[in-house]
Amino acid sequence: MKETEISKHTISVLVDNEAGVLARVIGLFSGRGYNIESLTVAEVDASSHQSRITVVTSGTPMVIEQIKAQLSRLVPVHKVSDLTLAGPCVERELALVKVIASGEKRVESLRIADIFKARAVDATNSSFVFEIIGSPEKIDAFIKLMEPLGLSETSRTGVAAISRGTLTM
Amino acid sequence: MAERILSGSEVVLQALVDQGVEVVFGYPGGAVLPLYDEIFKQNRIRHILVRHEQAAVHAAEGYARSTGKVGVVLVTSGPGATNAVTGLTDALMDSIPVVCLTGQVPTHLIGNDAFQEADTTGITRPCTKHNYLVKDSAKLARTMHEAFHVASSGRPGPVVIDLPKDILVAKAPYLEPSQVQHRTYNPVVKGDRRQIEEALELLASAKKPILYCGGGVINSGSQACKVLTEFTRLTGVPITLTLMGLGAYPASDKQYLGMLGMHGTYEANMAMHDCDVMIAVGARFDDRVTGNLDFFSPGSQKVQIDIDQSSINKNVPVDIGIVGDVGHVLEDMMKIWKAKQHKIEAKALDSWWDEIEGWRGKHCLSYKQPKDIIKPQHVIRRLHALTRDRKTYITTDVGQHQMWAAQHFGFEHPHEWMTSGGLGTMGYGMPAALGVQVAHPDATVVCFTGDASIMMNIQECATLTQYRLPVKTVILNNRYMGMVRQWQQLLHGSRYSESYSESLPDFVKLSEAFGFTGMTCNNAADLDDALTKMLEIDGPVILDVAVDDKENCYPMIPSGKPHNEMLLGAETTGDEAIDSDEGMVLV
Ligand SMILES: Cc1ncc(C[n+]2csc(CCOP(=O)(O)OP(=O)(O)O)c2C)c(N)n1
Ligand SMILES: [Mg+2]
Repeated sequence: MKETEISKHTISVLVDNEAGVLARVIGLFSGRGYNIESLTVAEVDASSHQSRITVVTSGTPMVIEQIKAQLSRLVPVHKVSDLTLAGPCVERELALVKVIASGEKRVESLRIADIFKARAVDATNSSFVFEIIGSPEKIDAFIKLMEPLGLSETSRTGVAAISRGTLTM
Repeated sequence: MAERILSGSEVVLQALVDQGVEVVFGYPGGAVLPLYDEIFKQNRIRHILVRHEQAAVHAAEGYARSTGKVGVVLVTSGPGATNAVTGLTDALMDSIPVVCLTGQVPTHLIGNDAFQEADTTGITRPCTKHNYLVKDSAKLARTMHEAFHVASSGRPGPVVIDLPKDILVAKAPYLEPSQVQHRTYNPVVKGDRRQIEEALELLASAKKPILYCGGGVINSGSQACKVLTEFTRLTGVPITLTLMGLGAYPASDKQYLGMLGMHGTYEANMAMHDCDVMIAVGARFDDRVTGNLDFFSPGSQKVQIDIDQSSINKNVPVDIGIVGDVGHVLEDMMKIWKAKQHKIEAKALDSWWDEIEGWRGKHCLSYKQPKDIIKPQHVIRRLHALTRDRKTYITTDVGQHQMWAAQHFGFEHPHEWMTSGGLGTMGYGMPAALGVQVAHPDATVVCFTGDASIMMNIQECATLTQYRLPVKTVILNNRYMGMVRQWQQLLHGSRYSESYSESLPDFVKLSEAFGFTGMTCNNAADLDDALTKMLEIDGPVILDVAVDDKENCYPMIPSGKPHNEMLLGAETTGDEAIDSDEGMVLV
């Protein structure tokens, strides 16, 4: 890869679930001028109080290496793994998409939701809330199609990711 | 083992004792009164009362850097903590181990904008290596011990422990340091053997090698400096040190090229530019060192050894990056170099040294000392000459005088030079000297300062008096913020905007007002006498030396320029304006 080429990386970080840990990670990105495209966090192991943070970021290979090194040296960080480099991985995101429409547009939105395997989790006479799960690209595509059909609000979780196969962090 | 139940304050004090702490630099206030009460009741830990919390941190830094131990600070909540922020940032930039205890409002008031409440962990998160807010008494002892571990291991740095007042009062179990295990923070100290071998093969094949070493070697300890010296002599390679690395290798040695970087020597910078193999040891390729990155040492293969993975490949991509404690790695390098009977080809090395001698021939640090007006460089050189037989520690403030001290005072040993390198904090010098003198009561401690910098922590004169700390403060008084004036002269058409030191105090009267000796020196003929007298006085002294106010600090690599475009300065070329617009936007 060229030194100046910017690429997108999904990085998983296992941290102690303690006060301020998310602020440390976010502060590191903002303080050093790194880019955050998406960030998710939740406790994944209650017994050991560990949370998993998934950050989607982009940068040159040198910047990505820096990001990982900087994350690794934070005291509450146990492990940092670059899923993009580690091999194939599954990336999933959930979005809730509100469409307010009537008539033909309303019908069309339902049809598209069906194609995307999105579920209507709320409905009124003039609106739907669709739940869609998939790769960020799939969700982007879905939202784009909903735009002319009365898209009024979206809420996205950000990416959760994990390696395929037997590989673990 | 039965748990010992103590008060929170007792736990803190006991932990300090068990961590081998002898001195705390601090300043009291409401939130830390229980701790001060505890300090009052015991005599195992000495408390030095500074006159401003920033100075407490600098004093702890001076103490830490001159001893290799952790410096400890104690300040109150709110303004006490915010005043400490500059010192903490300074310690972070220069990798100095400091533990700073800050008071906090009681836990039930946190978040209520209580009196003297500040979000201390929020404010200090980016300027500490790590910080803690203790909200649970059960975690107090563990946190104390962990803080010392984090501050002093790996790449050292400042750690804050924010202590709510109720936690200081409540009962808490005490744990010994040995009962505490560190869950995540266990830095690698041994370097990768294969990488070390590769690095040595590269070095052995070099025609124009150089060792570029920094503060990491000093942090690794005296033993690391000793091994570095042996390795350098064994291989015959030229060595240059960063501002933070001065003293890691004896300045008087013939293999030493002097400091490198913006105000480094011509020979060091030219050798960095032209080398074919560079071994960076505990140095972080700071912009003050590299100059313009696009032209930095273009033809070299680079090896970097650092305890901090994030220092490797940060600014300059290297061919081999070895993560580990430089002391350990250097020991391994010595062993393997000997075992494999490596040797750099003598002919190549000789002609490299010939080239270096040519650069040395420029005598880039030379100056002419007239009969009367005192050249600032001369003050440094004379003091160096007059203190050769004493154990001497030097601290500085920030500006031209700092660079002159770095260039002209030959440091032979590690831990004897304290300066604010990364942050460039004016006001560092006197409190740092205070901390050094506390650690080494019988040594000579000299603070070189400027007429502007000294005003930034001048209140510490009172601390010197109170504890009879015989710090010798030498003001290189050019009646300017000299370094600012120099940049204005070179880059801003000599428009000296706000850089003149107006209304300076009478430093003799000021010293006397604080209860110690003040002296002046205005003529080169009197300089040695003044310095000698100052050194002989048994107590603090401020010596105000009137120096040439036109003198600029050379050589200089202007910002944005490569190493081989150094300005050699007045002696050779005169003060020339730097014809560059880019220069103006750079720092
Ligand atoms: C706290 C702080 N404020 C501002 C600066 C910017 N600065 C760098 S050098 C300097 C002038 C220092 O003047 P002086 O102490 O007289 O030293 P000289 O350069 O004259 O030797 C200033 C203002 C700084 N480094 N630190
Ligand atoms: Mg000055």
